[in-house]
Amino acid sequence: MSIITTQTASESGLSRLADDDLRLMLMIRHFEQKLLSLFDMGKLNGTTHTCLGQEYIPVAMSSLVGARDFVFSNHRGHGHYLSRYRDPAGLLAEIMGRQGAVCSGVGGSQHILRDRYLSTGVQGESLPVATGVALALKRSEPAALACAYIGDGTWGEGSVYEALNMAALWSAPLVVVVEHNGIAQSTLTAVQLSGTIRDRAHAFGVRHHRTGSADVNRIRAGLVPLLEEVRLGHGPLVVEFATHRLGPHSKGDDSRPPELIRQAGEHDWYARYAAEYPAQFAAHDAQMYALIENTAAEVAARPESAWEGR
Amino acid sequence: MRVSENLNAALHAAFESNSDLHLLGEDVADPYGGAFKVTRGLSGRYPDRVMPTPLSEGGLVGVAAGLALAGIPAIAEIMFSDFACLAFDQLVNFASKSVTMYGRRVPLPLLVRCPTGAGRSYGPTHSQSLQKHFIGIPGLSLYEISPCHDNRTLICDILARAEPAMLFEDKILYTQQMFAAGRAGELFSYDFPYPGSGIARVFTDGPDTADCVIIAPGGLVHRALNAMRDLLLEHEISCVLLVPSRLYPFDTGPLLPSLCRASAVFVTEECTAGGTWGSEIAQQVHSRAWGDLARPVTLIHSADSIIPTAPHLERQVIVRDSTITEAVAGSLS
Repeated sequence: MSIITTQTASESGLSRLADDDLRLMLMIRHFEQKLLSLFDMGKLNGTTHTCLGQEYIPVAMSSLVGARDFVFSNHRGHGHYLSRYRDPAGLLAEIMGRQGAVCSGVGGSQHILRDRYLSTGVQGESLPVATGVALALKRSEPAALACAYIGDGTWGEGSVYEALNMAALWSAPLVVVVEHNGIAQSTLTAVQLSGTIRDRAHAFGVRHHRTGSADVNRIRAGLVPLLEEVRLGHGPLVVEFATHRLGPHSKGDDSRPPELIRQAGEHDWYARYAAEYPAQFAAHDAQMYALIENTAAEVAARPESAWEGR
Repeated sequence: MRVSENLNAALHAAFESNSDLHLLGEDVADPYGGAFKVTRGLSGRYPDRVMPTPLSEGGLVGVAAGLALAGIPAIAEIMFSDFACLAFDQLVNFASKSVTMYGRRVPLPLLVRCPTGAGRSYGPTHSQSLQKHFIGIPGLSLYEISPCHDNRTLICDILARAEPAMLFEDKILYTQQMFAAGRAGELFSYDFPYPGSGIARVFTDGPDTADCVIIAPGGLVHRALNAMRDLLLEHEISCVLLVPSRLYPFDTGPLLPSLCRASAVFVTEECTAGGTWGSEIAQQVHSRAWGDLARPVTLIHSADSIIPTAPHLERQVIVRDSTITEAVAGSLS
């Protein structure tokens, strides 16, 4: 297997999105903002981790990863779930513990299983499991793959390396999507990650692709041939998205200096896309805002969920 | 047939009857066949389903859990059960959690085999009996091999339950003979009088009139029987030994009439002091039958110590035949 690192060039403008992709990104954006607002109003329990600013990543992946593929999500997984199922009501019911919840309210924000989608709350834990699922798929459903989302902070966990080693040794059809937002909770990547993710992938002979683009069409074009290689049994792939977390780690815990938060905001696809395609954007944005508002009101009015299948 | 041979035959039978079953572990492939030779012959017959792994206990248990999640039953071998600590996250936070944390039962046919225990001078990090650290985890069952329980049945039963399980395998027991045809050596018989519980009963004669009941997992059976022989011949104390196959969850309910009839009840195990399996059993018995017990349950286990390497030092720490004999005789004198 040859070691390849590919990288998409930096971009100036965003290409026009299909309506469906745009609506999905907006659905995720308004869902996450609604969660923060519900927290502020004291209507949610526990904690949650929003993916504000990163919505385009799972949306870009959504047309590349099909129903036969297994997706592993993490603590910051609402976008991963919504991009696969377009089910804000089921997810919000799960987070609020209402009837119709995907997992009866037992798992909550970080622990969801639906068909071939699974999220867990412990960093790095999913990669060995995803490797096992990838091997099972390779055996029974050739051309299907396992796709696991992790963050840059996750690279501190030893399980990542154990999994990469085995996945490479056994040519597991595994795609590791790294949402590298430059910050692990409150710790900047510069003080928690030595070297580079690229070099870490290469250490295992694993192909690595990095993109700083927020352009869904462009991201997909770069990834299509690489995922095809994985499906052909040529071993795992690490896809690194250089991205920006606009919001706090969880609720109100953003301790970054205002300047850093402002810089992250400059990369926000939402404002950039609104400026470039104002007519298309405005109509869908209003519709998705309304959809989430109505969904939230409807779900909040539901009875509490029941845990029957224990 | 030696216990390790029985276990090896059980794995071969399981692989033959289930064409999906996989096994992962360090050095499990032929000709080495595992550090204790329990997987011997498997990789030769099933090269695609026996996967020798890197030194990655957490990773290999996670991969096995992933296979199980995708519907492929998987057995993971941890070379020394001490190293199961490296797989603690996968067992506690993934495999066992996944059975119920998604709001419905999720089948996860995963068996983690753990060669366990002292007596071979392997030293502090290769001799422990860590069962106690895995007790009380919802969705995780603990089993221990014994000379009374045919592993061919046991392994099939465990995988059929489709829940994460650990099987602790006493390393000294590997070299001993399986009991057969109701005979446990020259002096003792055994049967399974508690239907559905899988608990074996080892006795001389008149099990219902014995003075004492000793509860012990498989690794302690030979030590307990040696103690029972000495107690009978030298102290005229008769004992019945109860050997569960599943250590957790453990329901003492079916045993209570037997325990309440006895003059004394003992739980013996090899783990060192503190938070032991025996204390779990004792608490359950006390809360359910306190008024009917002749006296509180007595725990017999290894010392509150690390397990030293030199044989003479190891003997000072680990439960021996005489530890049990002295505890029982002392309790009834």
